[in-house]
Amino acid sequence: MTRVVETGAGDLPPAPVVLKGRRRLHWRRERVVTLMFLAPALIYVLAFYLYPIVFNVIMSVEKYTLKTFVTGEAPFIGLDNFTRLVNHPEFWPAVMNTVWFTIGSLFFQFTLGLLIALFYQHRFPLNSILRALILVPWLAPVLVSGAIWVRLLDQDYGVVNFFIHSLGYQGQISWLTDPHLSLISVLIANIWIGIPFNMVILYGGLQAIPRVLYEAASIDGANAWQRFRYMTWPLLRPVSTVVLLLGLVYTLKVFDVIMSITRGGPADTSQTLNTWAYSLAFTNAFNFGLGAAAGDILLVIVLIFGLLYLRYAYRELRETT
Amino acid sequence: MSVSARAPRLRLAKQSSRIKSAGWTLAGILITGFMLFPLYWIVNLSFMHQTDLLQNPPPFIPPNPSLDAYQAAISTAGGYIRSSFIYAIGTVVVTMIVATPAAYALSTIRARIGSLLLFALILAQMAPGFVVANSLYSAFNTLGLLNSYLAVILADSTIAVPFAIIIMRAFMLGIPHELGEAARVDGAGQLRIFWSVYLPLSRTALITASLFSFLFGWGDFLFALILNSNPDHTPITVGIYRFIGAYSIEWPSVMATAVIAIIPATILLALAQRYIAAGITAGAVKE
Repeated sequence: MTRVVETGAGDLPPAPVVLKGRRRLHWRRERVVTLMFLAPALIYVLAFYLYPIVFNVIMSVEKYTLKTFVTGEAPFIGLDNFTRLVNHPEFWPAVMNTVWFTIGSLFFQFTLGLLIALFYQHRFPLNSILRALILVPWLAPVLVSGAIWVRLLDQDYGVVNFFIHSLGYQGQISWLTDPHLSLISVLIANIWIGIPFNMVILYGGLQAIPRVLYEAASIDGANAWQRFRYMTWPLLRPVSTVVLLLGLVYTLKVFDVIMSITRGGPADTSQTLNTWAYSLAFTNAFNFGLGAAAGDILLVIVLIFGLLYLRYAYRELRETT
Repeated sequence: MSVSARAPRLRLAKQSSRIKSAGWTLAGILITGFMLFPLYWIVNLSFMHQTDLLQNPPPFIPPNPSLDAYQAAISTAGGYIRSSFIYAIGTVVVTMIVATPAAYALSTIRARIGSLLLFALILAQMAPGFVVANSLYSAFNTLGLLNSYLAVILADSTIAVPFAIIIMRAFMLGIPHELGEAARVDGAGQLRIFWSVYLPLSRTALITASLFSFLFGWGDFLFALILNSNPDHTPITVGIYRFIGAYSIEWPSVMATAVIAIIPATILLALAQRYIAAGITAGAVKE
């Protein structure tokens, strides 16, 4: 089609202009059709992502409570919700819980996920089916996984305490009601839920490393640890970074696990920013503005790491293609 | 002589490699078994009676196996299961209506609005569910949608739409451009190319996206908890949440309900095992 335009340009001067015009018209119609295809998604993004996020920010600078639903009044109060939030006795504990919960989850999910992925690099009978079965805990509804752990960690009849007692420890461990253990309990369950996700992505990353490299290193006399330390680890780094950044974003907004196991308790000892925001808005005070302010803080943190992830993922993509 | 000497050595090597690979398989069974033990445990409990639970040590197989717990689960949680199905199927419908044409458009155009939308979707998908639910609660209240199936379905789709667009677009990018061009030469419009060329060829991606949307709708807890207070519309997740929050817990039937709640995930795994890894890396969504 372009060739026609080119040859036409020499012999008949007006032709290219006509073609150009028709092409532009055609192109404009194409664009309209494309926009029609995109329209449902664009409307959806505006109504169900952009609007809720913007409205949440608006709520956080308003006195938005249960009364608002009756009177329709939500007076603007500036940053009052934020100052109230930061001075709230539960604020810093919730922040620190979020930090520890996130660090603990990422560390153990990643390490254990990597170990299992490395294990499954070996070829042996039943490999693929055993590897696939590990995914079941990841696909189950998170709330249900949490409920399972409530039973497993039961202080009197739970199987976890049974195992610990058979190892010789005779003390009573109240996983769910001891304020010192509640965060560890939800952490254990969350690690269990997150291992498959880490394992699958890391497994894919490991498979992408050419086997020839390992063979060459073996011939050069590198032992298993050296092969891991100087080849696998550096070559896996892009994938590791992606897993950790995504894991970070998803761990920050964990809700179901904590709600099912401890509901943030006892005495708010396992409350993270996300569950605390929920309790401010929907269970304790019905203060939607205050909850929105806590949600804003979480949102900003999540978006910072989300942008970091996007930047990193795109740079990697551009370098590899 | 040399030939006969080599044969037994070869057999010996073969044998030792077989023992070695059996060792690897055994280790694999142990690792996977360890990871799946909690699931085994709830299946175990779901076939027991409440009184069996008081035994010490806890029985590792049901002493008097029975289906009583399942009967109790279906009679108390039957409505929850029905609601979960409605949410899950509704999520699939809304997600596919929104995501399929968008995935097609994003796979064919290079316009800036395309990458902008893709960018926005990846970020949007990261927004905490609470932030979305907190706003939608008052919006749906104004619209009179609170406690309706539709409210929760629309909210559930926010988890599935970005994921569905991303995996279907990635798949459609792999469809040769020439096929669309050929149809165009034959006089087909965009709509026709989308419907008769791209959709049939993307069946794999459509199925994967639908299955995952189903799971997102089925597994949602947060949106149903916040946007619905009608007991008739309670899904299985919120139902279990209420069960385990009760003062006395009828564990065998709760565990039977949990087993029922996990069944769709296992079916999905069996049906679409090879797409799941691709799905996770493409969208990587799970709260």
